[in-house]
Amino acid sequence: MATSNSNSRKRKIFFQKLVVNILLLVCFAFLLFPVFWVTSMAFKSHDDILTWPPKFVFKPTLENFQNITTAVRTYRVGAVSSDFLKGFGNSLLVTTSALVLSLLTGIPAAYALGRFRFKGRNDIAFTFLSFRFAPELLVIIPIYLIFQKIGLYDTFFGLVWVYQLITMPMVIWILMSYFEDVSVELEQASLVDGFSLFHTFRRIILPLAKPGIAAASLLAFIYAWNNFIFALILGSSKVQPVTVSALKFITAEKLRYGDIAAACILAAIPILILSLYAQRYMVRGLSLGAVKK
Amino acid sequence: MEATKASHSAAADGSEKRPPVTSKKALAGTGGRKKYLPYLIVLPALVLTLPVLVPFIQSIYYSMTTYSLTNPVKHFIWFENYVWLFTDPEFWNSVRVSFVYAGTSVGIELLLGLLIAVLLNQETLLSKIFRPLLLLPLMIAPIIGTLMWKLMMSPEFGVLNYFLSFFGARNFQWASAAKSAMFSVVMIDVWMFTPFIALILLAGLRSMPAPPFEAAMVDGASRWFIFKNLTIPMLMPFIIVAVVFRLIDSLRQFDIIFGLTKGGPGSTLMNFQVSAYTTAFTYTKISDGSALMMINWLIVYVISMFLVKFWRKSQDRLS
Repeated sequence: MATSNSNSRKRKIFFQKLVVNILLLVCFAFLLFPVFWVTSMAFKSHDDILTWPPKFVFKPTLENFQNITTAVRTYRVGAVSSDFLKGFGNSLLVTTSALVLSLLTGIPAAYALGRFRFKGRNDIAFTFLSFRFAPELLVIIPIYLIFQKIGLYDTFFGLVWVYQLITMPMVIWILMSYFEDVSVELEQASLVDGFSLFHTFRRIILPLAKPGIAAASLLAFIYAWNNFIFALILGSSKVQPVTVSALKFITAEKLRYGDIAAACILAAIPILILSLYAQRYMVRGLSLGAVKK
Repeated sequence: MEATKASHSAAADGSEKRPPVTSKKALAGTGGRKKYLPYLIVLPALVLTLPVLVPFIQSIYYSMTTYSLTNPVKHFIWFENYVWLFTDPEFWNSVRVSFVYAGTSVGIELLLGLLIAVLLNQETLLSKIFRPLLLLPLMIAPIIGTLMWKLMMSPEFGVLNYFLSFFGARNFQWASAAKSAMFSVVMIDVWMFTPFIALILLAGLRSMPAPPFEAAMVDGASRWFIFKNLTIPMLMPFIIVAVVFRLIDSLRQFDIIFGLTKGGPGSTLMNFQVSAYTTAFTYTKISDGSALMMINWLIVYVISMFLVKFWRKSQDRLS
């Protein structure tokens, strides 16, 4: 009796796990297939891409990557500058500078907003948050006109400044939630011992908030790197980031499948590497501290 | 930009519950000079970002003028642009497109995200393998993810039509036909952002205390009963956070629609932001584009305010 009972229980658990695994397989086939397919497409020759039925087995080639990293390529209809590497460099430069600027000013601000009680604290905090939620074009249309007038259009500084709208709210809101977690007793002890607030901040609070700074930096970097609309409107050629230059491979003439696929892969690689590191901060970071895990 | 003060009052409430353990005595009370200290510390960040209020106010002003890039003479006409907008079928089209897009994608994402979160919360071989991979679609830039789908959706060579051919479908037009364009962009949105909801709900599931569930099991409650009456209510604050973020972001979606069809075919996919972009930059009508964005902003503001109240309620019920 007892054994047959435990046998049927075992069977039940086995089937439960089987159902869970099958459903997971279906869901993740949908979530992962595009990445798999486009990666394989990036290594296909032009002829292999344009065949029917699509090829799942093929001879890999680097031709597409060579295409998009060569400065200027001549096509049947004129020359198309497909300076993808330059876009890559632009992305790196603009995103890193925007992040550094946001960290320098945002870390102290987040500390003050998370620790001190003062008049207007909530209003200030929410003003920062509102940058995250407002429709971008609301400010980009007038900024576009202002930038053209004062010569910031299509410049490195102009773009770095506008990117503050992405990086600053993330840095401040994610860090606020971490600073609130740092024990006040330690801080008080240091102050009572006669150390200055600056010293206490640098020697005690900053080291304790390190995971927060890591979370904020990683996520802000990823979001800034992934941004498209700001640079589309405010940076036409000189400071074009990868997200905008990837669009160049869609010409009026045709979709350049292989080139687009290779561009997508190259643009995504740095982000995928970073997101591996960001795994454990992800929930708290993406919800801007609303969900603490 | 006071853009989302609405969403804020919600978050503000949240933060009031766990007040920053400010010891006024230790930090602020050491002297009168210290009173200004927090403002001084916040100042650099404010100086850096607050100038954006200038374009915001300018946006309001432009929306009440006749300003266009080809005719830069600005006549102030009060609310005429808005009145004109409200009688324009194209405007109502963009309202409809925005809401259909946001409603269907967030609805599907919530259901699918909940399913995936529940599945990943089980301890099986595949759940362990897939958990770290959940992030993948979410981390790829939306415009890049859209381009990836565009490659797969090609009616002639796309791999998706190859799969459809197994079911007898031929030449499905995806984004090139008005009938299936909305379906196509919603599918991309679902692919991209379901992981966001799943991730937050998974965190919610993992944070749940065991005792109530054990008690229900002992009482012989069915799995469905437990899920409906225990899991879902306890998950509510997480569901709302996820929905607030997703709803606001999808109401101002730009990258996916612009990347796939630029709002076409015709004006099938002209939601608020794509429509404002086209109006302001293709048709050079800065005034109308600004008016459109003001309305978009107001809608986002009102919705986030509403959701934030709802969030507070569900948190109150829990505690």
